[in-house]
Amino acid sequence: MKVVGGLFLNRLALFLPLVLFAALTIVLLLGLDKDPSELPSVLVGEPFPSFSLPALHDADKTLDERDVIGEVVLVNIWATWCFACRIEHAMLNQLAEQGVKVIGLNYKDNREAAITWLNERGDPYAFSVFDERGRLGIDLGVYGAPETYLLDATGTIRHRRVGVVDDRVWNNEFRDLYAQLIAVQR
Amino acid sequence: MTVELGHIALIIALCLACIQAVVPMVGSFSGYTHWMRVGHSMAVGQFVFVALSFACLTAAFIQDDFSVAYVANNSNTLLPLQFKISAVWGAHEGSLLLWALILSGWSTAVALCSGKLPLILSARVLSVLGAISVGFALFLLLTSNPFDRILPIPPLEGGDLNPLLQDFGLIVHPPMLYMGYVGFSVPFAFAIAALIGGQFDSAWARWSRPWINIAWVFLTIGISLGSWWAYYELGWGGWWFWDPVENASFMPWLAGTALMHSIAATEKRGVFRSWTLLLAILTFSLSLLGTFLVRSGILTSVHAFASDPERGIFILIFLGIVVGGSLLLFALRGPTMRSVTTYSGWSRETMLLINNVFLVSSMAMILIGTLYPLLADVLDMGKISVGPPYFNIFFVPLMSGLMICLGFAGFTRWKNTEGRALLHKGVIPSIVSLVMAFVLPMFMVDKLSWSNYSLTAVVTLLLVLWVVTMSLEDLWLKSRGKLSSLRGLSGSYWGMLVAHIGLAVCALGVGLSTAYDAQTDLRMLPGDKTELGGYQFQFVGVERVQGPNFIAYRGNVEVKSGGELIVRLSPEKRNYTSGGQVMTEADIDGQLHRDLYVSLGEPLGNQAWAIRFQVKPFVRCIWLGGLLIGLGGLLAALDKRYRRRRLRKGADESSGGLVFE
Repeated sequence: MKVVGGLFLNRLALFLPLVLFAALTIVLLLGLDKDPSELPSVLVGEPFPSFSLPALHDADKTLDERDVIGEVVLVNIWATWCFACRIEHAMLNQLAEQGVKVIGLNYKDNREAAITWLNERGDPYAFSVFDERGRLGIDLGVYGAPETYLLDATGTIRHRRVGVVDDRVWNNEFRDLYAQLIAVQR
Repeated sequence: MTVELGHIALIIALCLACIQAVVPMVGSFSGYTHWMRVGHSMAVGQFVFVALSFACLTAAFIQDDFSVAYVANNSNTLLPLQFKISAVWGAHEGSLLLWALILSGWSTAVALCSGKLPLILSARVLSVLGAISVGFALFLLLTSNPFDRILPIPPLEGGDLNPLLQDFGLIVHPPMLYMGYVGFSVPFAFAIAALIGGQFDSAWARWSRPWINIAWVFLTIGISLGSWWAYYELGWGGWWFWDPVENASFMPWLAGTALMHSIAATEKRGVFRSWTLLLAILTFSLSLLGTFLVRSGILTSVHAFASDPERGIFILIFLGIVVGGSLLLFALRGPTMRSVTTYSGWSRETMLLINNVFLVSSMAMILIGTLYPLLADVLDMGKISVGPPYFNIFFVPLMSGLMICLGFAGFTRWKNTEGRALLHKGVIPSIVSLVMAFVLPMFMVDKLSWSNYSLTAVVTLLLVLWVVTMSLEDLWLKSRGKLSSLRGLSGSYWGMLVAHIGLAVCALGVGLSTAYDAQTDLRMLPGDKTELGGYQFQFVGVERVQGPNFIAYRGNVEVKSGGELIVRLSPEKRNYTSGGQVMTEADIDGQLHRDLYVSLGEPLGNQAWAIRFQVKPFVRCIWLGGLLIGLGGLLAALDKRYRRRRLRKGADESSGGLVFE
């Protein structure tokens, strides 16, 4: 009897790897739905960090957080070296035409190149902050360009998107929240 | 036209793989020898067609055929020829095609070298390999076809290959890594064939051993190359980041190392049978999981270029069938019989078991660390990233334990080793390494004080010297101090010795470069000087240079030691014209005992630049050790007994093993 019991336990032990694997698979399956680029920033719900940086078009003009606060705005981090920003640019132009206020944060870039880029491709930004060394980028925890933040009228960050904002992302993540914030603002 | 030819060749390869998967397996159950032989020719045919397909894609890259989406996304006319070729496997689709090519290559090798294998076994092995090929070919054709066209209006110019990847490292690193990953499909197929047949004698273990060794050598070299590439190409001076992609290649390596050792005991003594089978399944599963983690975008990482959930679902189903199926087979048919043979005390079996415990727990903790962020996300605990501190806390003690045991490797005997004899042999090496470990760090610094006497260095040297002195003592005893008797030692023994010393050399690099690393980031004007780690660095200036497909700022830094000019370093900041990406190219002066590493940061205006200077003692030993480990595996795989066995069928020569007997 003891031998039979031992064999049964041995056989049962052989199932252990299978059970562990099944558990792992379930976790991975659930994880697949999650989009890794949708990073809920610790900053969501926090006020936009304070800064003091020159404007892109006018090196002598200094901008700070008060220039960003007051209206519902999108803050878009962009750069001429960023390939994905080219793709995103058309979408931003379209949003600006629809009356969405977009503020640019030109990130670790060259001033002349950035101005040329806007002249060639259209300028969707109400104004662009020139963050040559990425100072504000550090405060925001920027992963790379492009990144987009939605701010409410009090300057609180309400949503963050790492990566390109296209039609799909706008409709899924931004549109309703934006409409809601605009309604509150009025 | 070439492109369509490549596409069709891939489809034909898929059909051949289907035949290879089904016919020999059916034949093995119904006893039709003709059916069983089909797999061999199908494997060769499949290889020919995948190779043709791969050649067509390469041709599309060389001819700048931008109507092919994959080419348009990853190559442009400015790209130098060697990078056009390596761009073939620079992104997702092409690297999978490379994977399929290597898999069919390994299958062909098995088909051609299986002359002495029982037909029923080789038929089943090839059938399993064929089934894996079917999975990969389907994955390619259904979700990631590299031959998709952009029609009717193809772009005039392509995008750029990620500049990070325009490098010699990329030409060789992925093929090496894949040779290793995919190579583990062979022992996996052997294990599955053994499970299906219910034959757990040492035959399958004996046949898979050289295959495991060779796959493991490729993986070892691949990982070392990857680390070296990260070191000189990423421009930060780090050589291992515990990045999920690095972990994905490291886990199969750890499991494969455990497999290599445990299968020695299975072959020689018939012990650990289920464990070895499980390790064979685990190692290949981890290779597949690596693909899944990298390619599905489930984890964000600098390496995860392709993020696409559809592909993820496919790989997950594929993984589920391969791994779940084989584990189910293992659960139902795995050997439950306790081994008749016994071992006790400090026998070699015990030591190999301890080795396996260390290696598999390291693997498990890396797996947990890699998947934990995902797990936390699923359980709504928020996005968490597990960083190097976690990995170091577990990995360093585990590896230290492993190295202590490893010292005894050569001295142990099968069945039983007398503990007292082992201790006796450890006396001289432990005295030598203790004394040297405490004394040597005093000479590593200029002015000795309590603050710069490094405990990390002491621990490192202790472990390293212990392994080296124990190995050399063993060599001395085995050769009885005579050079002539060195030739009589088996290839397996030399392999073990070289690989173990390689691990020690690698640990030396890791430990000492951590302990004595010196680094500083400075704002430098032309003419500015700084002193670091006993070297004087002078920044001369920056000039603009034009490369083939980039414009660069090239810095000029003179390094002096004791007033004498050692080297001029020219780190670069490159601006790639087509994609507009900016890359930091560090310049390194490498010698065995130290690297001087200078990278150019941002321009700070008025000719000033941010520059990072680093002095890294012994960092090169890390990769030298990696190469030695690989060389050890190669020596063991080339052991004469594997070739002799081919001549004298079934003769069981037990001289040599993974370790000397």
